[in-house]
Amino acid sequence: MAKVLVVTSGKGGVGKTTSTAALGAALAQAGENVVVVDFDVGLRNLDLVMGAERRVVYDMINVIQGDAKLAQALIRDKRIDNLSLLPASQTRDKDALTEEGVARIIDQLREKFDWIICDSPAGIEKGAMMAMRHADVAVVVTNPEVSSVRDSDRIIGMLDSKTLKAERDERIEKHLLLTRYDAGRASRGEMLKTEDVLEILSIPLLAIVPESVDVLNASNLGAPVTLNNPSSAAAKAYFDAARRLRGEQFEVVVPIEKKGLMGRLFGRRVA
Amino acid sequence: MSLLALFRRQRTAPVARERLQVLLAHERMAAGHSELLAVLREEILAVIAKHITVDRDKVNIKLDRGKDMSTLEIDVEMPAKLPLVKGAAAA
Repeated sequence: MAKVLVVTSGKGGVGKTTSTAALGAALAQAGENVVVVDFDVGLRNLDLVMGAERRVVYDMINVIQGDAKLAQALIRDKRIDNLSLLPASQTRDKDALTEEGVARIIDQLREKFDWIICDSPAGIEKGAMMAMRHADVAVVVTNPEVSSVRDSDRIIGMLDSKTLKAERDERIEKHLLLTRYDAGRASRGEMLKTEDVLEILSIPLLAIVPESVDVLNASNLGAPVTLNNPSSAAAKAYFDAARRLRGEQFEVVVPIEKKGLMGRLFGRRVA
Repeated sequence: MSLLALFRRQRTAPVARERLQVLLAHERMAAGHSELLAVLREEILAVIAKHITVDRDKVNIKLDRGKDMSTLEIDVEMPAKLPLVKGAAAA
């Protein structure tokens, strides 16, 4: 049965969109039929991170308003056959995301795909609400930093009260994806440790993604990091996350970013 | 910044952790309250409406949690002339 997954965080800039792209690609690389859906109406970026920005013809709002069929708006990835993108509108505002329209699209996507990954906009407004509304599974993206942890706590509260699952008194599966983690700084007491964040938010850990130049490089090139550099520590974290989402159980490892001599000498200061 | 400060790195993560724990304990309680308040408001309104017709906006409910004492404040602005709901007086 199809699963609807929301990638959310409350705070902006923590890595929702790059994580959506990487998780979507990792699940597709594992053979699943995946669609990634951009809910950030007015500020779409998933198309850019996926390298499909020049292929957008129709978007989700066009489908909701009946100007295009769903199949016309879906963009199939050029690298993996079983990965598609449904872009958000860049010109409309969030009010165009109607409750019924989104429900209709999610229902149709459920028939075509195994995983529907919804990339939430930042904030707690309508766009974020619509992105989480139909979710069976939530991935809460958090940086080891006070404002991100606080906002994640707020979002977890909303997942437990404002989603369809919550309203039907069903449990929504929640996972923590810790991103931009620097094991060295955490061990020196300069950054919240994984244990700290887990204790505060008390939801299970999906994976730890290191602060890494590979993630930025992948975005620069418009390719999910799991496709662009599959052997990098960041890609491994996303592959592990995808395996756990598919039900495998194994221990989470703290990734160590390998640095060259120069990186070790000067890395601290720029990071 | 003095030269010494370069070597004496401050461990700030424990402070962050403690601040978050205190803050979130507060915020979670507040979120719980707002749910409770909404329920209380609806039920109190229903009871009043059984006997008196009042404007929904004229009913204010406040929950204050102090250190030693908490108060629930219910403020109902009544119409000048009491328009009783029919049949309520007899009941």
